Amino acid sequence: MTQFNPGDRVRVREDFPPGHIRTPVYVRGKTGVVKRKFGVFPNPELLAIGRDGMPAKALYEVRFRQKDLWPDYSGSGADTLDIDIYEHWLAKL
Amino acid sequence: MQEHTHSHDEMPHAPPAQDEKIHSYYQVLGLALKELLIEKKIITPAEIRQAIEFRDSITPATGAKIVARAWTDHAYKQRLLANGTEAIKEFGLDMGATELVVVENTPAVHHVIVCTLCSCYPRAVLGLPPSWYKSREYRARAVREPRAVLREFGTVIPESVELRVHDSTADMRYLVLPMRPEGTGKLTEQQLAALVTRDSMIGVSLPKSA
Amino acid sequence: MRGPHDLGGLPAGPVDTSPHDMTFWEKQIDALNALLSQKGLRRVDENRRYIETLGHDAYNSLSYYERWTAALARQLIDKGVFTQDEVDAKVAEIRARLGGDAA
Repeated sequence: MTQFNPGDRVRVREDFPPGHIRTPVYVRGKTGVVKRKFGVFPNPELLAIGRDGMPAKALYEVRFRQKDLWPDYSGSGADTLDIDIYEHWLAKL
Repeated sequence: MQEHTHSHDEMPHAPPAQDEKIHSYYQVLGLALKELLIEKKIITPAEIRQAIEFRDSITPATGAKIVARAWTDHAYKQRLLANGTEAIKEFGLDMGATELVVVENTPAVHHVIVCTLCSCYPRAVLGLPPSWYKSREYRARAVREPRAVLREFGTVIPESVELRVHDSTADMRYLVLPMRPEGTGKLTEQQLAALVTRDSMIGVSLPKSA
Repeated sequence: MRGPHDLGGLPAGPVDTSPHDMTFWEKQIDALNALLSQKGLRRVDENRRYIETLGHDAYNSLSYYERWTAALARQLIDKGVFTQDEVDAKVAEIRARLGGDAA
């Protein structure tokens, strides 16, 4: 799996597999920047179906500009959103 | 409440109290699960009582003590920001399977916490989440129009300040470290803790002023 | 494509910021979930999956802890802790005990 570093520009996969997914629809397909890596955690998609969550996945804090998420965003252009995303949902730009 | 709790758990078949009618199928189902788990000796009434007492023992006052410590002890604040999970152990608190990330409000950045997918919340330091935190309205709108949501809490963040929303989707739980109110230089840690509200640690409001 | 739980960005009304004290029933459900997690009979990720598969109607009409209850019942039955028949019998027993108070 690709490993990311703080500062990397990443795009969230725009896929819609059935099942328990912790990547909300509103960030799928959007572009942000990796802020930090939190470590490696059991994969919740597998924990949800009674498995052990292995192989574990790296978890990243990814920052988006609000105006990149919502074209009609009404607040300041500097406003941001941070969200935690597992490595297999990210692709490096 | 204490009396109520005990009478229920020591007599698991007691009817609900007068002030609490059980109406829906799901409410009856919940009682059915409890009684079956007790009958099968998977859970005891004492365990249920203790679990409720433990939940009741953690309130926003717990988080407020942590914030007041961070406001008065710079080294503690650095530990808290570097590794919240470890730093709250100094207060005897345990994050369990999750980790605590503390985000610091500054004159340049104001943080707000939400969980759009469910109700992830720093229960170990704030107790159970308020109803609005779990509501459809907050979960739907806090990410898209956070400034409008904050105004509904009476909170106006200047446009010159970056508003940063944290959507807790994974193993991290977030706690906002609010800015220490001005004019509180002479207050003790305990007096400062009294200014720290639950909502200020979620980021939808600011601490009380001195 | 969007599950009933995935609410981020959807249109919604004003936030009701008024305080609501938890009922004793809600506290009991919370406690059962915590205890079963400690005993390895319930897993939070599985609970979420069960809640997400309740469907839009149930998700939107049930209260928060009713959703937890529905998910927990399904999870415990699927794990073989008890059967649907046992649950149905217990529900009937409690309704009889509660009389006119129960649905």
